[in-house]
This record gives sequence, C-alpha cells and structure tokens, in this order.
Amino acid sequence: MTNSWTDIKNTDLVVVMGGNAAEAHPCGFKWVTEAKAHRGAKLIVVDPRFTRTASVADVYAPIRQGTDIAFLNGLMKYCIDNDKVQWDYVKAFTNAAYIIKDGFGYKDGLFTGYDPEKRDYDKSSWDYVLGDDGFVTADPTLQNPRCVWNLLKAHVAPYTPEMVERICGTPKDKFLKVAEMIAECSSKTKTMTSMYALGWTQHSSGSQNIRGMAMLQLILGNIGVRGGGMNALRGHSNIQGLTDVGLMSHLLTGYLTMPTEKDTDFETYMSTRLFKPLRPGQTSYWQNYRKFMVSFQKAMWGDHAQADNGWAFDYISKLDVPSYDVLRVFEMMAEGKVNGYLCQGFNPLLAFPNREKNTKALSNLKWLVTMDPLDTETARFWENHGDFNPVDTASIQTEVIQLPTTCFAEEEGSLTNSGRWLQWHWAAGSPPGDAKHDTYIIAQIFLRLKALYQKEGGAFPDPVVNLSWEYADPGEPTPEELAREINGRALIDVTDPADATKVAAPAGKQLLNFSQLKDDGSTMCGCWIYSGCFNGEGNNMARRDNHDPDETGAYLGWTFAWPLNRRTLYNRASADLDGKAWDPSRKIIEWDGTKWSGYDVPDIAPNAKPGDIGPFIMNQEGTARLFSRGLMRDGPFPAHMEPFESPVANVFNPQMRGNPVARIFEADLKQLGTSEEFPYAGTSYRLTEHFHFWTKHNRVNSVLQPEFFVEISEELAKEKGISNGGWVRVWSKRGSVKAKAMVTKRIRPLICDGKPVHVVGVPLHWGFTGMARKGFGPNSLAAFVGDANIETPESKAFLVNIEPSTAPKDREGIA
Amino acid sequence: MNVDLSRRDFLIGAGATVVATSIGAMGFEEAEAAEAAHVRPFKLTTTTETRNTCPYCSVACGVIIYSKGSLGKGEKADIVHIEGDADHPTNRGTLCPKGAALKDFVHAPTRLQYPMHRKPGADRFERMSWEDAFDRIARLMKDDRDANFVAKTPAGLPVNRWTTTGMLAASATTNETAWATFKFAKSLGIVGFDNQARV
Repeated sequence: MTNSWTDIKNTDLVVVMGGNAAEAHPCGFKWVTEAKAHRGAKLIVVDPRFTRTASVADVYAPIRQGTDIAFLNGLMKYCIDNDKVQWDYVKAFTNAAYIIKDGFGYKDGLFTGYDPEKRDYDKSSWDYVLGDDGFVTADPTLQNPRCVWNLLKAHVAPYTPEMVERICGTPKDKFLKVAEMIAECSSKTKTMTSMYALGWTQHSSGSQNIRGMAMLQLILGNIGVRGGGMNALRGHSNIQGLTDVGLMSHLLTGYLTMPTEKDTDFETYMSTRLFKPLRPGQTSYWQNYRKFMVSFQKAMWGDHAQADNGWAFDYISKLDVPSYDVLRVFEMMAEGKVNGYLCQGFNPLLAFPNREKNTKALSNLKWLVTMDPLDTETARFWENHGDFNPVDTASIQTEVIQLPTTCFAEEEGSLTNSGRWLQWHWAAGSPPGDAKHDTYIIAQIFLRLKALYQKEGGAFPDPVVNLSWEYADPGEPTPEELAREINGRALIDVTDPADATKVAAPAGKQLLNFSQLKDDGSTMCGCWIYSGCFNGEGNNMARRDNHDPDETGAYLGWTFAWPLNRRTLYNRASADLDGKAWDPSRKIIEWDGTKWSGYDVPDIAPNAKPGDIGPFIMNQEGTARLFSRGLMRDGPFPAHMEPFESPVANVFNPQMRGNPVARIFEADLKQLGTSEEFPYAGTSYRLTEHFHFWTKHNRVNSVLQPEFFVEISEELAKEKGISNGGWVRVWSKRGSVKAKAMVTKRIRPLICDGKPVHVVGVPLHWGFTGMARKGFGPNSLAAFVGDANIETPESKAFLVNIEPSTAPKDREGIA
Repeated sequence: MNVDLSRRDFLIGAGATVVATSIGAMGFEEAEAAEAAHVRPFKLTTTTETRNTCPYCSVACGVIIYSKGSLGKGEKADIVHIEGDADHPTNRGTLCPKGAALKDFVHAPTRLQYPMHRKPGADRFERMSWEDAFDRIARLMKDDRDANFVAKTPAGLPVNRWTTTGMLAASATTNETAWATFKFAKSLGIVGFDNQARV
C-alpha cells in the first residue's frame, strides 16, 4: 500500500477491482464504510462475481476475468478524451513530457522488438531520447508527437467503450457510468483510492494490471495524497514483511537484487546499480545502493566482508536464470532435478497450480522437511485419501520429517501489514506438546550444518561457517536480537556528515536510521528499509500511542512504518509546485519557505525546494513513469493480453496466446486446454469464513463453511441440467474435481465478442486434513504458468468444463 | 510496556474493594449477600492479558489474548479467550469471522505436537525426537549440498548455487524469524527460495 488502512476514510471514491475486501479483508473494509458514511464517498466494484463488496457498492460492473487492462486503458482513454486530467500534476510529476526514441512502436498487440522464438522483446527502443548533457529531453508543452503523453494517447485510442464491452463483457452503459465517476477525481479536491489483491496479481499479465491502474491514478493526480494511492491489500499477515526482508529467489533484503552471472565481481554488480539522475538535480535515492549493499554484507558476514574481498561478494549466489521461483523449482522437481525441500509454514500441494504435477514433483523428492503449526496436506502428500488424494503410498519413496512449530499466540516479534506498519506482538500461551519456535529450529539445523562443515569440510563451507551468528544463545536467537540486526548498528564510530568532529553513532550502538549507513564497512544493517525500527530510542515497533492529531488517519505514534515511519509514500506529491496542498482540507505536508513539515514524515529531503526536486525520489527521473521504459518485460504501456486459457481470441491479434513473453514450460504448454474442449471461464476465490487452508482446522470456521462447492449462474445450470446443491464434476486439461453446485444470481453470463461466456467460480479452502469435510481446490484445475514479470501463477483465469455428477467416493450416500 | 501493566490487572485490584464495600454500604440482607457470594466470578478476572495481532490477513487487526497463567512470570500459560483490541487504530476492537474464531486455531485438534518421521514407502508417521530430527536433516542437507553444489561456472566464475535443495519460507512468520531464515538459506546458496508472496 502507498497509504494505510486508516487513510481510506479520507477518500471520495473507492474502486475495488481485482479484490473483494468486504470478504477477504473485512476489518480493513470498515474504513470504506467509514468514508461512505462520513464523507459521502462512493464505491465502485468491478468483478466477475457480484461479491459482498459489490453488494454495498454504488456501482457494480461485471468483467470477464483476465481483461482488466482493456478496462483500465478504456478508463485512461475516457479521461484523456474528456479532458479529465489533473494537468498540473501530470506535467510536473510524471514523465508525460519526455521524448521517446523514434524506433519505439506498437502494432497488432505487440511492441517493437518482439522475437517469437525467444518469447522476449529487444527493448532497446523503449527509452528516452537523451540530450548532449546526458539528461532526458522533454517538451513541457506536450506538442511533440514523440512525447510520452501523445504516445499514450495513441496507445489507448482503440479502447473505446464498445471495445471494452467486446473484450470485457462489461455493458457499455455500466462502463461509462464507472468512467464518469472516476473521471471526476481529476479534480484537485477529489481523490480516489484503488484497492486490489490477488484478482489482479494472479494473471500472466498481472503486473500490467497494476501498472494500468497506477497510470490512471497518476493522470488523476491521486498518488501521494490522502485518500488516494495504489493499495495492495495483500494476503498473509506478514507477506509484506517477507517480501521486504527479501525471502525470494530474485531478491536480497530491502529490494536489493540478487546478482546474476553477468555480475562477475562487486564493482560490476554495482555498475548497473548506480542510478544516476536522468533529470538535473533529482534525488534518485537508489544512488545510495552501495551503502545499503555493503551494510547488508556486513550484517551477513561481519569481519569476513572486507573492501579487499569485494565485501564477500563471492559468498552470494549468482543466478543463471531470472529467478528460481516456485514454478521453476516445481518444474525442476517434476523432472527429477531436486532432491530435498524445506517447507516452512506453506502448503504448496494446495497452493501451486496443477495439483497432479505438484504430487508428482513432491514424489520425486528424496526428502521433505515441513515446519508448521498445523497438519498440512503437503506433509501428508503421500497418504491416500480416496478421490481426495489418490496416490499410491507404497511407491512414494520420499522421506518426510514433519516439525511442529509455534503459532502467533505463542511467539513474539513483528509483522508488517499491508500499510507497511511493523507491529510488535507478544507471546501469550505455552506451545502445545513439544512444538518449537521457527527461530530455534532454523538455528539448530544451522549450527549442526556449521559443525559438520567445520569437522568434515565440504563444498564451499566459507559462507556457512563465516555467517555472522552473534547471539547470546546461538541455539535460539531472540526476536529482539534479530530485530536489532535488521535495524543495524555502527561497527566503528560513525561521524556526522554535517560535522566530522561529531560522532553520530558510536561503535557498537544502534543506528538512528538508514541515513547513517556507510559504504566503507563501518556500519551493518540487515534490511535498510527497516532501519529505524529498533534504534537508540528502543523498539519503535512496540509503540502504542494511538493519538491522531486532527484525525488525519496517520497515527505516527503507533508502531513503526517503513521507511522512516512514513505513512503515505510519495507524500510530497500531495502539494503543488509551490509546496501548498492541492486540497487544503487534505494537507499532509507543506513547504513553509524553508522546510517541509506536516502530519507525516516528508517523503523528500526536508529542505528540498518545491519546484526543484521531484516527488518520486526513488526514480532516476524524479517523476513517476507513465511510460516504464524497458523496466517491464511485456511493454512500457499495458496492452490487452488474454489469459493463456481464454474462452475468446485476442481481438488485436487472434494468433497470440496469453502473454507473448510469459515463460511456459514445454510440458505445461501441452497441458493447455482450448475453448472447444473446455468452454467455461474458471476462476478462484476466497470466502469470508475461511483463511486459505488454515481455518478448516478450526471448529467454528468448519461449521460456518463446511464443504467445497462451485458457483455457477442459473443460465449455465439450466443449460447443463445442474440443480442447486446437486453434485457436479468440473474438469480442466489438468485435473478434475467433484463439488456441490451453488447456483446463484451472483454470477451472470457475459457477452464477449458476440458470444456468451459462462464463469465457474471455485473457492479455495478445502483439502483432506482438518475438521471440515474433505474437498478439492482450484489448484486441481489451474494452469502452470505465471506472470511475465514476477511469475505469480495465473490462478484467476483458466478453462473448465462442467457436468452433473455423483458424489466423490467417500461422500456417497451423504446428501 | 503494555503487557506489564494491563487494564485487567488494574480492575482485579479495584473490583475486589468495590464489591466488599458496596455490599456493606447498601445494607444488603443476608439472603442477598449469600446470593452475591455464589455468583460465578467474571471468567477473565484472573487471566493474563497480552497484546497480539491476528495472524490471518494483512489488515493485521489488534487482538488481546487472555491466558490462565503468565509466561512473563515463568508459568505455563493456557489461552482461554481472544478478542479484538479496542485501542487498535485499524480494527478498533472489531474482528471478522476468521479473527473471532482465533482460539479455535490455537487449540485446533490438528495442531502438531511432536516431530514425526515418514520413512520412504511407509503409510504412516512415527514419533521422532528433536535431536534425531535435527541430526538427520543436517546430514541430508550436507550430503546433498556437497554432492551437487555448483561452486563455479566452467569459466571459473564463482556462482555458489545449490539448486538440488529448495526452500519455502512462511509469510505468517515474523520479520525476525524471516531474517534468521534468510541468513540460513542464502548463506547455504539455496537459490530455489520463495515465500507466499510469489503465488
């Protein structure tokens, strides 16, 4: 989230598209209700299903899953055509005026430079024209036909309301109503917030869905302001934290990136991460990358990271592929190329697409270790549960060790919510039986490995035996010790940059925040963006002052938000070129002639004169990008792409299947179905009574929603002779499930390109362990292909067929 | 900090005095006094109150957990009740159908209690000690790493990749657990390392 949950009360218009906050994030959705009740805010919901969020919306517009880009491009076109643009914002704070190279273009659904063999683009033409001074050339009058604004105008031109209806199945009048309401938010005194979740990310073009809305929000001047922003609702309680701390195959901590084989040494690695400003005088904050990286290496390897060994750069793995994401790893596993797997608090058997492939992959492992508070399906993937897990147990040669861990109520530490608040919590209960903390388990395995390497030697022991592990009890680091490392400390006296005679941080003391980090090895810091969370003032994540001066929703005294306790990202953009709030009633920070101050921590140097320095300080341009250069694999503008399994062909290029640059493995390509064989558009979703696969272990939640079902329209039910509550079989090219049918008015057929498209909704909460009745999930059906930029599986759009059926094996005779 | 001075502790002390004095002052007859004496005490009166956050979605609602016994005093603590934290700015005491049933997660019959081991081809788990589990895991990991670690490319570039063992981390663990897990996985060279944010 750029903003916070409590900030939603400041909005005039909420657009929930790609999410279902009322059911999946109920207590956060309360702030939408608050805005509606006390500000007169309106709510728009765009979704294939009439969800409970839709039921309290002012306008609901149906949409076919996987066509959001067409809808969003249509909205941008509407705003541009009708002069509903926050012009001062767009001209000053975005790259609208920048000139793009002549070679760049777009035709038949593809951008310049496409190579169908490599399934990749040559992106060299997707860039700015640089002047002799090395800076980007711009035409502030927006007259140059090659400026971003005019290219964007041409790019979205085909997305007329008629085209939106043809692709998305959204009736034209509904679309126009939505467009009209959204366009009103181009006013300086009206803001709109975007709330989205997996409904946008779980697509092969998921990243571009989000970009589309981000661009629309920039055109409307809604980024950095109160009640505005791009708000990813996110899933698990610390999914933001685990991303921030870099527990991903392509990341290090704080969005530092893993080196590749091209990064032959530390200086080569740094050379592509210098991030010089592209416009005169801009902040380009990533210029400090070296300070963050050196301090990170010091946190990992202490004295073993020195200037003369490139800060132990050799210790970090160098990738030979863009990422070893879960789809790649499970593909390798299915091919027999993985021997061991550690699975901490994760249930991949049910979470990853193509269940049958997952079972095959796990069966190829020599050993599997699970760590979880609950008895998961993954830990028991080898156990036969009839139709619900039809495996041949004896033939599965995988050794499995299942380790019991504590749950939230039995442990202490911080979780980062979607609003970037790091909230500390305390242990309240004793663990059941002999369950242990994850930190204990990790430490015990690590210490044994270290001892084995010290005793026996082996493959490159250095990064293991030299890993910094300075805890009072090395066998169980405490949350406080780990939090202190994350924050960082001075290794030798760190002097004040303004006055070299003063010591800003004495050796051994916690750093104030990341402004004190150095690139000479004198500081260590586990995760730079979190620095400040546990400094000399103590554990700031444990703060509980809930005062909110003037009720702005900021709550600066409540816990700690990254970065630097800032609650609204890009908040400099809430003020105009003179530093005055666009909307005086929604001031965040203002310029008083000498400095920035206000209700939030300024997202700009406090003395940066307005007019000189742009608000998007992380970008080399200092402005936000309507044109994203070569930074995304599938285009600098979002273009309509169909899901890999779609009931209709791409209207711009009927030959093009899915995202033209998304990676798909040979075996999975063969397992894609066609709309002839599988005519219905399947999608997955959550219910308000359940959280993923955990709550089916709970009595109350299992009573509230006891069993698996699929949801279809009355029209489809009639066509297929399916009765409400009757058994059906739903199957795709990859698997088959049996379920009770829920026939509702919440799903209606959509008319796309002249023909009806029926949607089949498949909720995801059932398996074969726990208290609820045994059932299946959408991952038995979904395709094994991910987003082109980040490899999030396309779990929200796949093709299925459906027919009346009988009960699954152990459910026979049950009504 | 808030766990040390809880509202409940304060009420326990204050409440006892109020009951004793008001019965006398109001001039209750013996019958009423007997009635008051056998009224069941408020069930949370003797519990320890702890601040926590809901572990499900990333709204991260504040919750208060009530336990019999106090971990802070070195006692065994049994969780008897969980409710929304009215002081929390986001949820202000409210909880959703998932959060309201959190106690059932804490005490789910399928909460794991002991390390278990499934031998290749076996149709059941068997109990295993922690020591044996740790020794076994370390051995399996080291043997695989030593056999399959890619230290260098053919051209001699150090790449330090261990691709034959992978790891998934949990996005419901704390940042502190995440940091310890990160150090563990990345120092070993495990490249197939992701969390739920990927899916």
